[in-house]
Amino acid sequence: MSTKSIVSITDYSKEQILSILDHAATFEANPNQNILNGKVAATLFFEPSTRTRLSFETAVNRLGGRVIGFSDASTSSSSKGETLNDTIRMVANYADIIIMRHFLEGAARYASEVSNVPIINAGDGSNQHPTQTMLDLYSIQKTQGRLDNLKITMVGDLKYGRTVHSLLMAMSHFSPRFCFVAPDELKMPEEYKIFCDKNHIEYTEQTEFDADVINQADILYMTRVQKERFTEVMEYEKVKNVYTLHNKMLDESKENLRILHPLPRVNEIDMDVDCNPKAYYFDQARNGLYVRQAIISNALGLI
Amino acid sequence: MNKELQVKALENGTVIDHIPSDKLFKVVSLLKLEGLKDQITIGNNLSSKQMGTKGIIKVADRYYAEEEVNRIALIAPMAKINIIKNFEVIEKKVLSLPDSFIGLVKCPNPKCITNNEPMKTRFETVSKEPVILKCLYCEREVQEEALVLK
Repeated sequence: MSTKSIVSITDYSKEQILSILDHAATFEANPNQNILNGKVAATLFFEPSTRTRLSFETAVNRLGGRVIGFSDASTSSSSKGETLNDTIRMVANYADIIIMRHFLEGAARYASEVSNVPIINAGDGSNQHPTQTMLDLYSIQKTQGRLDNLKITMVGDLKYGRTVHSLLMAMSHFSPRFCFVAPDELKMPEEYKIFCDKNHIEYTEQTEFDADVINQADILYMTRVQKERFTEVMEYEKVKNVYTLHNKMLDESKENLRILHPLPRVNEIDMDVDCNPKAYYFDQARNGLYVRQAIISNALGLI
Repeated sequence: MNKELQVKALENGTVIDHIPSDKLFKVVSLLKLEGLKDQITIGNNLSSKQMGTKGIIKVADRYYAEEEVNRIALIAPMAKINIIKNFEVIEKKVLSLPDSFIGLVKCPNPKCITNNEPMKTRFETVSKEPVILKCLYCEREVQEEALVLK
């Protein structure tokens, strides 16, 4: 019903992505504005995610809007068995925009079909999390001065990590070169490699996380290797420290290299990297605020 | 040709021929024949030169819309559709897999919203050969072997 909903990063064209990034930069320059004055945003978190919820709620508050919602489904009517359809239709009566996170995949797409106000997907299971992708793009553009022709190395869990899949799709507009570094159990799925082939995107694949691959990269996108992804505990024990970045590994890296991570991190980036100016993951998280301000304002037709 | 018909000829209606024997009852359920009042003849394990054995369905006095019969392509792409009027075949249709399916296919992903909410599934066809469909909700691709009809 609503055309302004943002459910998947693929809902945006290249031009729309660039326009959102431009607007995010203006919000970064001036994050406190009053353009959401009189608007109510609902944050419906059927699955808790404090980090994402605070980022969205800060975005609304700093633009002068008000927030209603819940941060845990156990306190909402869905715990009484209410359908998602009914919850969304009810909240759409009250709010001008709905920001939702759900543990079921496709929940946001369905909500966008039944809602008469825009839906912003703040994560649906392991499927999509488009505002994360947009803040990754913003961080890349901001640190590199461009999005085109960059060498992006993705490390860790490339099989289940939805952030790397969405980033790969979004970057396909900008002629990237990828390097996928992952253990055999967590390799980039075939469908994404086929996607690269179809879009004439160069990529290489390897299991070793070595100096060569770091030294060639403009962006090092680290992800968490989770124990529960392995069928054999031994396999996890073998690789758990192989995909950890240490400060000394960055000695010969390019001057413009920046290290990104969707957070939370566990042990895949050693604390000694934090003081390196190439570490960008905390700034990356802050960029989420400006990008979300841009996405919300865009969905409401205000910019 | 002096060959004895294995199944009685139809005066008017639709004949779905060359259905693989193991797919016959799936086609029956796909076309929702169970609730029909029209005369229906179903044959299975009939001998076939091409296929060894085959199934056939004859539905009297009923003609199907293109998109209805094309769904059969999901499970029996080689099936042939004959439209009969006055004991004559007036049209032969070749099946072509539709570009989308609404409410027909079950998503194999247990964490998909469609398996947790009273709603219709929606799939689009990504590839016709081999058959690959994509759930428009959870965005997973489903190969032919994993297809389950609702």
